[in-house]
Formats: sequence, structure tokens, C-alpha cells
Amino acid sequence: MAELRENLARLQAACDNPRAQLDYYLKQGKKVVGCFAPYTPEELVHASGMIPMGLWGGQTEFQKVTSYLPAFACPIMQANLEFALNGVYEGLSAVIIPAICDTLRCMTQNWRFGVPSIPMVPIVYPQNRTSPASVDYLISEYETVLTILSTVTGQMMNEKALCRTIEIYNGHNAAMREFAQVANDHLDMITPRVRHTVFKSAFFFEKEEHTAIVKEITAALREQPVHDWTGKKIILTGIAFEPNEVLDILAENQLAVVGDDLAQESRQYRTDTPVTGGGGLKRLTLQWNARKGCSLIHEMDKPRGKMLARMCQETGAQGVLTGLMKFCDPEEYDLPFLEEDLRRVGIQCVTVSIDQQSGSVEQLRTRIQSFAELL
Amino acid sequence: MSEPVVNPGTEQIAPPPKPKRPKPKSMLMIGEQTAALFENARLAKERGEKVGWSASIFPQEIAETLGLNVLYPENHAAGIAARHQADPFLQECEGPLGYSNDLCAYAKLNLAYAAVLNGESEVELPDGGKMVKPDFLLLTNNICNQLTKWYENLARQMDIPVFFIDTCYNPSDYVTETRVRYVRAQIDQLIQDLCAFTGKTWDEERFREVMKISQRNSYLWERANGLLDHKPAPIGGFELFNYMSAMVCNRGKTSTTAIMEQLNAEMEENIRLGKSTFPVEEEFRVSWDGIACWPYLSHNLRTLKKYGINMVASSYGKAWAIEYDDLDGMARAYCFASTNGDNATTMIGRRLEALKRFDCEGTIYHVNRSCKVMDCQMMEVQRQLSEQAGVPFTSFDGDQADYRNYSEAQFETRIQGLVEVMKLNKEAKNNG
Repeated sequence: MAELRENLARLQAACDNPRAQLDYYLKQGKKVVGCFAPYTPEELVHASGMIPMGLWGGQTEFQKVTSYLPAFACPIMQANLEFALNGVYEGLSAVIIPAICDTLRCMTQNWRFGVPSIPMVPIVYPQNRTSPASVDYLISEYETVLTILSTVTGQMMNEKALCRTIEIYNGHNAAMREFAQVANDHLDMITPRVRHTVFKSAFFFEKEEHTAIVKEITAALREQPVHDWTGKKIILTGIAFEPNEVLDILAENQLAVVGDDLAQESRQYRTDTPVTGGGGLKRLTLQWNARKGCSLIHEMDKPRGKMLARMCQETGAQGVLTGLMKFCDPEEYDLPFLEEDLRRVGIQCVTVSIDQQSGSVEQLRTRIQSFAELL
Repeated sequence: MSEPVVNPGTEQIAPPPKPKRPKPKSMLMIGEQTAALFENARLAKERGEKVGWSASIFPQEIAETLGLNVLYPENHAAGIAARHQADPFLQECEGPLGYSNDLCAYAKLNLAYAAVLNGESEVELPDGGKMVKPDFLLLTNNICNQLTKWYENLARQMDIPVFFIDTCYNPSDYVTETRVRYVRAQIDQLIQDLCAFTGKTWDEERFREVMKISQRNSYLWERANGLLDHKPAPIGGFELFNYMSAMVCNRGKTSTTAIMEQLNAEMEENIRLGKSTFPVEEEFRVSWDGIACWPYLSHNLRTLKKYGINMVASSYGKAWAIEYDDLDGMARAYCFASTNGDNATTMIGRRLEALKRFDCEGTIYHVNRSCKVMDCQMMEVQRQLSEQAGVPFTSFDGDQADYRNYSEAQFETRIQGLVEVMKLNKEAKNNG
């Protein structure tokens, strides 16, 4: 139990102070590459012997960024750029920005001119994934990323390293999925905040290190007696569900998170890279083409609502809470059909607006309370 | 001679309305072409043929070669907004349909319009439903990623297929060859799939002919835009917005060639006579950045006219001057058509060239609330462009179709501020 608490505290500390993690790796002589949210090809960084570190915004006051982005831009991007303009990310050898939405397209350019001290590596994922040509195209994008990375950092990967990295990442995916499953038997200990910490902390650790910690946590949980949760169970969906104060409101209302479809959390871990089917880069493209149910990736038939309904069935969740990241148009387009599909099968769903800046938290309290009552 | 008009209730005699300038022949031709576009789609639907809706910078030549009738939601939404008919659609979209007001107003208008066609909403269609219900969608994302999501939703709403060409954002200063290969493969596949779906047959000879027409039209459109480099410009620059439907919706048609030839001829005639349709003396020449603010076009115009500002260069309209001579070239051209799909260096380069060529004294940036892809890098572009070109700029908050996102007072103040700087620059230039 003491070890469990210690591990959770370690992950919490990394989330509370990612800069300390960055400094820790830098002190070890490692190079660190910032990875913009979401779907940055971390494997390429890892296989090149560097530490990929997630850049998912945070709480700050928007000042310098107002010279680059309008107030109605994604708050995660605003926070990332504000941090960068204030030197918070100094020490990173490069950042990788996937131009996966309209704001991220522009972020590649704002970073390029606004933060010249940290080289920017763009990647543009194919959206027409039913086209067989998307595979070769994405391989070429990965190769461009690798070329720029090796130019700016001096570190290069080889095939063996990439294959090993893919194993490590698939192992991490499995560890995260297992944790999510086991956590549902211990909803007294794994509160929404704790669950989020375990997921978010993955961005600030070398993957093998994080896998080891999460496995220890899962093992320790298994040793505990199963807890009979008497509150309500819900699924979270959206880009991210932050800050912690919002998650605390869930706990206050006896709402336990038993699954998620958050881009910052499980969405990343539900699709493994195939173990066969070509070289490492090709297999990574096959992973991209196999991803499902994400607002940022083009897919016909809007399958997300049905997917969430299945998740509710599997986990016994009574409702779905959507954290709609402010000004996130890809999510905004998904929302009407997502809600329609859930309601059609009798699953309650409510949407709350998410902004990482804590000022908005109180506005959510009433909405979450009424959601809890609805269940 | 007009009779004086008596306002009911006031019994005061108002001055006779100012006689309207007769429309030039090219504008009458545009009107006929637009009417024919919708009418042909309606007739095709009646005959049981499949009709499509298309993104505005989709390779229109493909549908033209196949003889398909295709309508353009962006263009249609702009028309509704310009005629001040957007409100019920915006209300419907943000209300019963459950969409966020943060989204692109073209999309919101169109999704609500589609809901009416689909029998889910009851908003009265001001045009009687001339935008007939589509059987398929043609999509490219060279303008923005929102289009991809918007069309996903239309497809689900109406249970129809999307034929998609992913043109990929260009972070480099050129279209990488791997992009060309990917896009070319998609074009080949799309032609096959579209033929299978519509029962049409691809005719290579017809395609070459359409391509030739399309190239001629792009050349003539570019040429007409280029004629604004004369001083004074032969027409008011805003007038060119009226011709965009020919390039957006009818790029591969000979009717567009006729319109573009007529437009060029009219502009040349004005140049020959030293005339301009710009109604006041051209005091200042500016460039316009961003989509037109359709709901307030007349207010924009009135304000600019007050100061003798003619908009002689626009980054927007020229997106449809697409040049290529084979399918590979087509793939490359459509990847590079819209500066929304290009990096800041390309954007700045194109704008700098225009500022110089058209001898612009200022730039007006439309911070279009609908268009994040334009707005989110505009500030950096403004800074660099202003520095490199030595030309001042101003920006104003507006929207391409949502009338709620605009303030007349703000626009007037911003233009006033720009005029003061341009005046000082002019005086300094004149004083050597």
C-alpha cells in the first residue's frame, strides 16, 4: 500500500511539475523533444534515443500569445505558445507539431517564427486512410521527421531500435489498458483525479519507466480487495478533462470514471502498432490507419456515439460526460451525432465546456451536479 | 426621370432615388450562368440523375468531364449571408441541431439548409430550395480541416457517400513530390469510384478539353485581377467578388470563358477611356486579406468609398486561378491553390508580390470569426508583411456569413486609422 501511494505520488509530482522532469532528463545528458498534442509520432523520438515529452498546455495567463493567436483559438495551443514565448520550454532540442486541425496547421508557423530557439518539426498525417497511397505518403512524412530530428539533434535511429521502441510502446499501451480495467475494481482509491494523473503522467516519463510504474500500481491494486462502488459510473469523452478541480467535482458528486475516450488519455492507447506487416515505419502507418473514433481523424458514419455506447455496456457506466475543449471545432462537429446516438440507446449524456484555466471551474459545478442527479 | 417618392406616414417628399448604374454585360451573364447552374441541377434531379455538392476548391474539372451537376455550399451560403437571410439557419443550427456557435458560419448555414432538405427542420428556404438535395459529396481539405468534418456530418445526415481528396497542408515552401503521388493516386481512385457510383464514363479526350477550358478561364481570371494594376483601377476591386461564382462553380465551362472575356474587355475599355466604375476618385489603393464579409459588404464598400479607398488586390479570389496541364499537375495545383493550405512563407510571398504589383498603400485584414485557419497565423503574417513591404495595415473583426460578429463602428474607426497613416505616408512620399 505504501508503495502504491509512493508511485501515485511520483506520477502526481511529474504532472505538477513537468519542468522538473525535463531538467532531470537533461541532467542525465538526455535530449528531450516536445510533442504537441495529440498523435505526435513519439516512437521516432524514442527510437532516436531521446525522450519525447508531451506538451498539453497548462495553467498560465495569456499575454505574449495574444500577439500570435486570437482569443478564440484552442486554449491548449494558447497555453503551449505562451509557455514557449516565456522560455518555459527552453532545453527542448526540438518540438514536433502534427498539423491535424486548423489551429495546429497555424501553430507550426507561429512556432517557427515565434520560438526560433527550439526547432519545429511538422508532420501532416493523411486523412484519406482508405487510400492505399496514404501508407507511402505517411512513411515519407515519418522520414522527413527523422531527417529533421537527426539534423537538429544529431541523433538518428536504426531499424532495430525502432522495432524495440514499438514493442515498448505496445507494452505501454497494454499496461495503460490493464490499469484502466483494474482501476474499476478500486474506485474508492482510483478517484477521477488519480486516474487522470496516471494517464497524464505518461507524457513526462520515458515510456519503459512509466510502464514499470503503472504495472506496479496495477499489481498493488490487484492485491487490494475489490471495492463495491455504490456511486454512479461514467465515461469521459473529449480532448482532455482538466484541470484537477473539475475532476474533484466529479468525486464530490459520487461520480467514478470507469472508462474514457479522451485524446489525452485512452484514445492514444487503444490501437497497437502491428507486430508484423513490414518495417517499423510501415507498421506505424498501419497503426495510424487502424485508429478509430477520433474527431481529429476522418472517418465515415460518425462511429463515436456507438463506440461510447458499447463502452458503457462493457463497464456498466450509466452516462457519458463530454468535456468539450473550448473552441475545438473537430469535437464540436462530432457532438450532435455523438449525443444523438447515445440518447437513442437510452444513455444519459451531458456536455461541459473545458478550459484548462481554472477560472471557469465553478461554472461547471452546477452542470455536473445535475448530471449526477440525472443518472 | 423618376417620380419623387412620398414616404407613407410622413408625407414628406423624399429626393428621387439615385438612378442605379446599369449592370455591365458581364454581370448579366454571371446572373444567367448562376441561374442555369441551379436550374440544371434541379432538372437533373427530376430526371433521376445524381447531383453532388462540392467543396469550393475541389478539382471541378472531374465532375465537368463526367457531365455531373454539382452545387457549391460555400458559395450558396455566402449568397444567403449577403442577402441577410442567414439568421433562421444560424438559429436552427445552434438550437435544435445542437451545433456550437464557434463553428464556421458557412457550415452552420449549410447544415441547417440540409436539415430542411432532409425533412428534419422547418426553416423556410428563401430561395425555394434551389440548392437541391445531394446524392453525393465532393470534398477536398485544401481550404481547411473544418470542411472534412462538415462533410462527414452531411454524409451521415443524408446517408450519402463522400468522394474525398486529402490535399494535405504544406508546411514546406513547395508541394512535396510524395504529396503529389498521394493526391494523384486519390484522384485516380476517385474518378473510378465516381464513375461506378454515377454510371458515367471517363472520357480522356473530354477531360483534356475541359482542362483546356479551365486553364483558359484561370488565365482570364488572373488577367482580370491583374488589370487592377492600372491607375486608377478600371473597376472597384470589390466588384470582382461578384464574378467568383464563375470560377468557383463553373471553372471548366465555356460560359465562364465568355464571361471572363467580356469582363476583361469591359475593364480594358475602361482603361482605354481612362474611366473606372469605382464611384469616387481613387485616393488610396489597398489589398484585402481574407474572405469577404458578405453580410456587411455594402457597409464595407460605403466606408471605403468615403475615403476613396479602392481594394485592388485580394488574396482570396485568386485562389481559383489554378494552373496545370496534366493530372500530376492538377494534383500539385490543388495542393497549392489556397494559401490556407500553405505555410506562412508562401502566404507572405504571394501577398508581398501583390502589394508591390498593385502598388498598395495599405492592407485590410478581415479577422473572420468563422475561419481559424486564416486567423491563427494572420498576426505573424501581418507583422512580417508590413515590415517587408513597408505598408501599414489594419484589421477588423467580422465574419464571412454570421452577421452577429461585426461592428460597423469598429470597422469605421479602423479604416479611419489606416487612412491617417496612409495619408502621412503619401505626404512624406510626395515631399520626397
